[in-house]
Amino acid sequence: MGEDLNYTMEDAVLLKKGAEANLYLKEWYGRKVIVKQRIGKKYRLPQLDRHIRAYRTVHEPQLMHRAKKAGVSTPTVLLIDTENAEIYMEYIEGKQLKQVLNEMPPEKRLKISSSIGELIGRLHKNMVIHGDLTTSNLILTPEDQIVLVDFGLGELSQELEARGVDLHLLKRAFESVHFKFAQECFNKVMESYARIIGEEEAKKVLEKVREIEKRGRYVSERKQR
Amino acid sequence: MIIVRGLKMRHESVKNYCLGIESTADDFSVGIVTFDGRILANVINAYVSESGGIHPREAAQHHSQVAEEVVAQALKEAKISSDQIDLVAFSQGPGLGPCLRTGATVARAIAAYLKIPLVGVNHCVAHIEIGKLTTGIRDPVTLYVSGGNTIVAAFDAGRYRVFGETLDIAVGNCFDVFAREAGYRQKEGLPFGAIIERLATKGQTYISLPYSVKGMDMSFSGLLTAILHLLRKGEHPIEDLCYSLQETVFSMLTEVTERALAHTEKPGILLTGGVAANKRLQSMLKTVAEEHNTKFCVVPKQYALDNGAMIAWTGILAYKNGLTLPIEQSFVRLKWRLDEVEVPWVKT
Repeated sequence: MGEDLNYTMEDAVLLKKGAEANLYLKEWYGRKVIVKQRIGKKYRLPQLDRHIRAYRTVHEPQLMHRAKKAGVSTPTVLLIDTENAEIYMEYIEGKQLKQVLNEMPPEKRLKISSSIGELIGRLHKNMVIHGDLTTSNLILTPEDQIVLVDFGLGELSQELEARGVDLHLLKRAFESVHFKFAQECFNKVMESYARIIGEEEAKKVLEKVREIEKRGRYVSERKQR
Repeated sequence: MIIVRGLKMRHESVKNYCLGIESTADDFSVGIVTFDGRILANVINAYVSESGGIHPREAAQHHSQVAEEVVAQALKEAKISSDQIDLVAFSQGPGLGPCLRTGATVARAIAAYLKIPLVGVNHCVAHIEIGKLTTGIRDPVTLYVSGGNTIVAAFDAGRYRVFGETLDIAVGNCFDVFAREAGYRQKEGLPFGAIIERLATKGQTYISLPYSVKGMDMSFSGLLTAILHLLRKGEHPIEDLCYSLQETVFSMLTEVTERALAHTEKPGILLTGGVAANKRLQSMLKTVAEEHNTKFCVVPKQYALDNGAMIAWTGILAYKNGLTLPIEQSFVRLKWRLDEVEVPWVKT
């Protein structure tokens, strides 16, 4: 491939260093792209390491694609490079919801909460579990559209537990950063979630969320930065 | 000095010795620990089944048969008499019902006879606390791996929070079933894990196995099915199978531990539980700790397996925080989760 595909990472800017992957911002054929690069781990066998990274590099775009088909906006995937475990995707102009939710007028906040519920409802209806639903992974575009990013911990599942964990994480994110209106936002989320997935199922999921809360299990101090 | 110490011993309010009883599964063990954290005795008597895994009723019978002898041996090793014991602690759960009840009965009898307080201890908390006591590590991310449990935990807001755990069987259980199916027999002092570890060092070819990390949780049952299938096909040397099993399982454990470490930014990793003795697992975690510039500690071998000392020590911590248990409320808790337990003695 080499030069033709503008493959070098030299001009890339490191945006985020994670435990599993690094995120870079770079220019690619005249457009801004995000490159998610899964880092090799020295502790595991090279063979196993390559396999895991290649698998996940393919798996994540599959989930994103599935989400898209369900009507949920996610970044467009431009290139998948299994050899280097890299995903090239569209750079979304906008702000993390975490940064703007507190400042916006109440009506807008509720409207957005409602869209989030709808979006999660669509995902779950199509078996997609996001796995890390925090307000950091929801991007609000200048056109007030919500784009869901980072499917790195996602999976395909129809289980109540997985759905409950997704919504529980979101609730926790609301509570830790947007505590003043966490409850009303979450209520709005559940209202529109129920509209998509059905009242019956939504009720079961909400019960599960409560059970998970009591378990104290996911009360992880997810540091929002 | 000597006189003062002598007076202390006889003084009612100064507590010195705690006797801890562990009986959650196949081991019956009694440990004696001083209130300042010195381990004086740790006697373990394991039930070894004729064939198959642990039969709960038979294990419980074994425990009741050896209980008296193990208690006597522990007192002898600690060089104290029974009336010097100030506190009795027992593992209240999680574990096998008949086994837990046998240990609890012994504990209640001693507490009632000596008229001393009783403390119920969570087995998983005890594994973490003995690791902290014996290695001196403070506030780590703990990877606790044994025959019955596989948990990644870290302290936050009054409890040890579970960051990731197995969704089905424990790592030790997976290893045991595989070794048994491969025709190995368990002997005292040589657990299946040690047999697998030895064979794995001679393995050369990595055979791909299901690698199942879901979010922060892990699953080992599919992997076990896959490797049993390979075993029965008989196309691969046992050494390669053991090697591949270890590499896959330990990579999963290490990945989840690293995520918890990156997320919590704790100052170290603690490895505890029966599987902690494995050198390959230790080396993987050490690599991660080095990359994150944090400490890595492994619990010493004799406290890695289920043992009475860890129960005694955790009992002391609980007792100092006023957590005694009236005998009439000392029922066992078979499914007592780690994150249900308040640990007021941990401060960060």
